[in-house]
Amino acid sequence: MPEYSLTVNGSHRRVDVPADTPLLWVLRDELELTGTKYGCGSGQCGSCTVLLDGSVTLACVLPIENVGDRAVQTIEGLSDDRSHPVQRAWLEVDVPQCGWCQPGQIMTAAALLAQHPDPTDEQIDEWMSPVLCRCGTYNRCRKAIHVAAQEGGR
Amino acid sequence: MSGHEVSRRTFIQVSGGAGAGLVLGISLAGCRGPAIVTGSLDQEVLNAWIRIGTDESVTFLISESEMGQGIHTALSMLLAEELEVDWSRIRTEHSLTDRTLYGRQSTGGSTSIRTNHERLRIAGAAAREMLIAAAAARWGVQASECRADDGQVVHTASGRSLSYGSLAEEAALLPAPDDPPLKDPAVYRLVGRRMPRLDSPEKIDGSAVFGLDMSVPGMLTALVARPPAFGGSVGNFDASAALAVPGVRQVVEIPTGIVVAADGFWAARQGRDALTVEWDSGEFGDASDSSIRELCQKLADKGAVVTDKGDVAKAAAGAKTRIDAEYDAPFLAHATMEPMNCVAHVRADGCDIWTGTQAQTSAQDIAADITGLPLEQVRVHTLMLGGGFGRRSRNDFVAEAVHASKALGAPVKIVYTREDDMRAGSFRPVAYNRFSGAVDESGNPVAWEHRIVSPSIIRSIGGQLQNGVDPTSTENAGDLGYAIPNIHVTYADPELPVSVHFWRSVSNSQNIYLTECFLDELAAAGGRDPLELRLSLLGAHPRRARALRLAAEKAGWSERRADGRALGCAVAECFGSVVAQVAEVELVNGEVRVPRVVCAIDCGTIVNPDTIEAQVESGIVYGLSAALYGQISIENGGAVEGNFDRYPILRMRDMPEVETHIIAEGDPVGGIGEVGLPCIAPAVCNALFAITGEPIRRLPIGDRFKT
Ligand code: FES
Ligand code: FES
Repeated sequence: MPEYSLTVNGSHRRVDVPADTPLLWVLRDELELTGTKYGCGSGQCGSCTVLLDGSVTLACVLPIENVGDRAVQTIEGLSDDRSHPVQRAWLEVDVPQCGWCQPGQIMTAAALLAQHPDPTDEQIDEWMSPVLCRCGTYNRCRKAIHVAAQEGGR
Repeated sequence: MSGHEVSRRTFIQVSGGAGAGLVLGISLAGCRGPAIVTGSLDQEVLNAWIRIGTDESVTFLISESEMGQGIHTALSMLLAEELEVDWSRIRTEHSLTDRTLYGRQSTGGSTSIRTNHERLRIAGAAAREMLIAAAAARWGVQASECRADDGQVVHTASGRSLSYGSLAEEAALLPAPDDPPLKDPAVYRLVGRRMPRLDSPEKIDGSAVFGLDMSVPGMLTALVARPPAFGGSVGNFDASAALAVPGVRQVVEIPTGIVVAADGFWAARQGRDALTVEWDSGEFGDASDSSIRELCQKLADKGAVVTDKGDVAKAAAGAKTRIDAEYDAPFLAHATMEPMNCVAHVRADGCDIWTGTQAQTSAQDIAADITGLPLEQVRVHTLMLGGGFGRRSRNDFVAEAVHASKALGAPVKIVYTREDDMRAGSFRPVAYNRFSGAVDESGNPVAWEHRIVSPSIIRSIGGQLQNGVDPTSTENAGDLGYAIPNIHVTYADPELPVSVHFWRSVSNSQNIYLTECFLDELAAAGGRDPLELRLSLLGAHPRRARALRLAAEKAGWSERRADGRALGCAVAECFGSVVAQVAEVELVNGEVRVPRVVCAIDCGTIVNPDTIEAQVESGIVYGLSAALYGQISIENGGAVEGNFDRYPILRMRDMPEVETHIIAEGDPVGGIGEVGLPCIAPAVCNALFAITGEPIRRLPIGDRFKT
């Protein structure tokens, strides 16, 4: 099996997997980073969202061979101590219910805020609508994004 | 958990070894008397709600499953209130499965608070009294001179204090009080307040462990190839290509299909794709939505009587206007965001199961049955549930994991792909309904006939109908609550092989849609305002009338809306609570939009208002997804939809603004996990009826208005 080297959350990792293995399963099964979730396996739910060089990426449809030398960031790498502004806002608003979709929501929100530090509701709709939540936390996600925008950088 | 009556007695004290601290549980009525269990406080052997460490840590062991409804937080509030400990020190864990300590463990029916409200207050109070007694003994004073305060016992006269952690070992050796005094709710510090969820921190950094995240040494990951048609079975199969996939270890047949076990998910999936199987499709192999509907139509006149009041035929004959209607509600999948999964490890001397289940006791029974092991040797470890909504009480995934581990001689994680999960059955039953109603000259409904044909959940899970009726299919249909003098309701089970199951709010999800929409049809036929008509018929149900009035008032029911916009309302009583909703709906170029929903909920007593609001919103989103898009269709005997492209759920951009008003006037505590759901479909459909004049007699709404 081919060997790939990756940068995940700032560390170098080597894995030995078939070339078509989606990044999601490399993270979950090989690297034991289970914070990134499986929801649909076909790019429809956003549960598996990670950042590749800062851009939102659906890990379930990205074969490992196409990752290249781009830096992978997962929920585990967002901060060491839940101190990222999005995480703090998420706690302040108490967003999660079952929690399964939350890493995808949080990673997407982090990328949104990196690009638009004070997003409009339309921008929030556009960025966040690909990430499904069966528990219905959408209104709290929106509120938390506004809170994070207000407190951003602090 | 089903209505265990708990009285303040029969405590089981579990005393630990050195450094262990206090562990306390209460046995349930009907269980054996007090028992002393000894052993180290290794978490593996704990059977209790409260653990206090000598390091001042406070851990609550919760026997109910946390699936997003916030139950670990709400139940911790009850425990902490009586125990008098600081909120920031509390940690929660899912308890191990133990029916002698907790009774039957099953989280569903919005019962957790109702079942545990009193028994957890007692557990907290009993622990507090034991800590006080330990301090009093150490000081040589009367317990009555001491009080508990924020993790300390204080001797009031001298001001001396001792921390819970320093008292825990001694307290554990004392007898548990039979009748500990409970706090007066007037002096509550926590209950009724907005408290932050205890499970949020681990859910925002990826550290929460859900079933699918579990792994144990030597574990194989397996997918199951299941028959595409319900009632089908495996004919022949050839595993050679599957076994040739790198990483695939073994292929075995179990009762539900063929297990492909591999080193990880991707190899298991590639292996299963490579499997060649000839399926035996069984008797249902030709079934489709239309054949099912035809069968149901034939059974509509043959139903068993649920309610028979007055003389419907006579009343209808003499009435001014009569309406006949057929209403349909589809099969629905739960589609929890985390698909079904389970890890099982079957050995000669025991079986361990790690999963997110809503029904631990039944999981233990299933595993004992399959393995032949005694119940005590089956340990069920509950992990976080990525959504439940009833689906995770079926435990079909547990049975598969146990069969697979037994057959393979290794720990096995069964994983459902999204498609597996969506097509595996356990659906909300399809329902065909025939209505006939009539109104008099004043527009008052005088006759109501409702014939329900819908597959029985009770039959599907191996139970018996009662005189031909499945009460889980007729909730809120048999007993309407409206003052209509002549009512006739029947029920028939078409006995389909499709497995059906409890889906958030069960048959309330269909019946409240059906009855509340048909009532609007009668209101229109009689020239009455839907709100005014409801209020006039709810004389016997003042709580329903109050909630409806409140929701209508907050929504601005009497204000005129622009063309293409209207309000619709619905009211219901279920799971011990009353709920009313008013939806504001807009029809723009054939597209249905729901910008705002106002909800009034009367749940009697409030534990955590933040959780109530979140759950109401959650129920509305879940119900709105179903009303707008939800449908599992049957073709060739199997489910068609497999993923979110064909089974859409609401997205952020379509999320309405939700306004929740909580009524709590000291009535008995009601459930909240499901009550937000049933009214949203009828409220939206009734608004559409007001806009278009066409009743919505079939769900989902779909894109019927698009040209
Ligand atoms: S799991 Fe990747 S988008 Fe759904
Ligand atoms: S919190 Fe459960 S799916 Fe979003």
